Amino acid sequence: MDIDLMLRVYPYFLEAAWVTIQLSVLTILLGLACGILGAAGRLSRFALFRFIAAAYVSFFRGTPALIQLFLLYFGGPQVGIQLDAFEAGVIGLGVNIGAYMTETMRGAIISIDKGQIEASRTLGLSRFETFRKVTLPQAMRLMVRPLGVNINAQIKGTALVAAISVVELTYTAQRYIGSTYKPFEMFLIAGILYLIIITAVGKLVTFIDRRVRLP
Amino acid sequence: MTEKTPFVEIRHAQKSYGSLEVLKDISLTVERGEIVAIIGPSGSGKSTLLRAINDLDPLTGGEIILDGVQVNKSLPHRQYEKHINEMRQQIGMVFQHFNLFPHLSVRDNVTMAPKLLKGISGKEADKLAEEQLAHVGMLERIDYYPSQLSGGQKQRVAIARALAMQPKLMLFDEATSALDPELVEEVNLVMKKLAEEHMTMIIVTHEMDFAASVCDRVLFMDQGVVVEEGPPSKVFKNPDKDRTKEFLRKHLEGSK
Repeated sequence: MDIDLMLRVYPYFLEAAWVTIQLSVLTILLGLACGILGAAGRLSRFALFRFIAAAYVSFFRGTPALIQLFLLYFGGPQVGIQLDAFEAGVIGLGVNIGAYMTETMRGAIISIDKGQIEASRTLGLSRFETFRKVTLPQAMRLMVRPLGVNINAQIKGTALVAAISVVELTYTAQRYIGSTYKPFEMFLIAGILYLIIITAVGKLVTFIDRRVRLP
Repeated sequence: MTEKTPFVEIRHAQKSYGSLEVLKDISLTVERGEIVAIIGPSGSGKSTLLRAINDLDPLTGGEIILDGVQVNKSLPHRQYEKHINEMRQQIGMVFQHFNLFPHLSVRDNVTMAPKLLKGISGKEADKLAEEQLAHVGMLERIDYYPSQLSGGQKQRVAIARALAMQPKLMLFDEATSALDPELVEEVNLVMKKLAEEHMTMIIVTHEMDFAASVCDRVLFMDQGVVVEEGPPSKVFKNPDKDRTKEFLRKHLEGSK
């Protein structure tokens, strides 16, 4: 293993890692937004919203994320959607992870004991007040860990955008293999940087989970 | 000259799930300050009847009237929501499994609804929490969380939470059934205290001794009908109906 080479080229990977972080943050924010809308739809009183949200979830969980990306990036222009690779990556992956987050959020919300809702309603709180004051604060605490799992998957999932030539970690590793002919070293650098990002985010999730945990 | 109307009136209450009839044409009136116990085997419909009073389990037929206002009005969705929330503010309910809010302190469990619905805040809310918790003997646990309390303590807080809305009527749905035997008494004492203060109460219970000692009237329900009703001395000591006798006999054997 050529450690000298790794030490020489790794600074170039840091820039790529920054792109991976940007991709992760943007896709996670978009995913959370889609998740909130999706969960609201799944739990709606109105059948139409429930149907739309269920269709959204089943499409994005039922097809490979790579196909979704290709569909958007390569197929998009054909139907008038012109996006650069980074934009396509953020939108494609964000909407994809949003489908998983929809189910995470919905699961947390429906797991709140019915007795909680009854107690709140018998005090005279409306459905909305009950959701805001009783259901949501409890559900949000339950969501932290599983959303952490979604987020972990998403950070690793950003590697997919290498396939549409966004210059992030995985793509950068591939590019440097072309000039160094050292795939083991190059993928190892990329792997270590992913590990650092994911470990840091994992610690943050654990910290938040501890902070919001009930006595 | 106004005719004296009953405080709580249940008219021809009927409820069915498909072809299963859980309540079969029950009519009942409760006077202001009266304490009524509903007893009966499980599946008799007693909890369903209680939960119909605040429309938590809506009836499929019949009317519930509280202080001259029909509770289970059929209204368009929004109007119904507004109406039922106003009615429920006047009807306190205590559940078998307490249903305290685990994410709120004891203080906030008591003040959440009054803050939101009666617009009180700050010192006023604190005073309310202190008064209500002192009333049930839980003042020293005001800053605890529900998970840090025993079952009996939780139920006393749940009673304080309901009373903080100053209800006209209190419903108790097997309030002591989930408690360890040694914790039942502390909850019963709070309920007795309420009885002495002439709170109107409807109590679904399995505790015959308690029902006998605090209630003005006992209803024995079985298979969706009121089989027998009367003062505790009559229903417990000298029931007319065979079904009542059999239930009491079985119950007595069971508790030995």
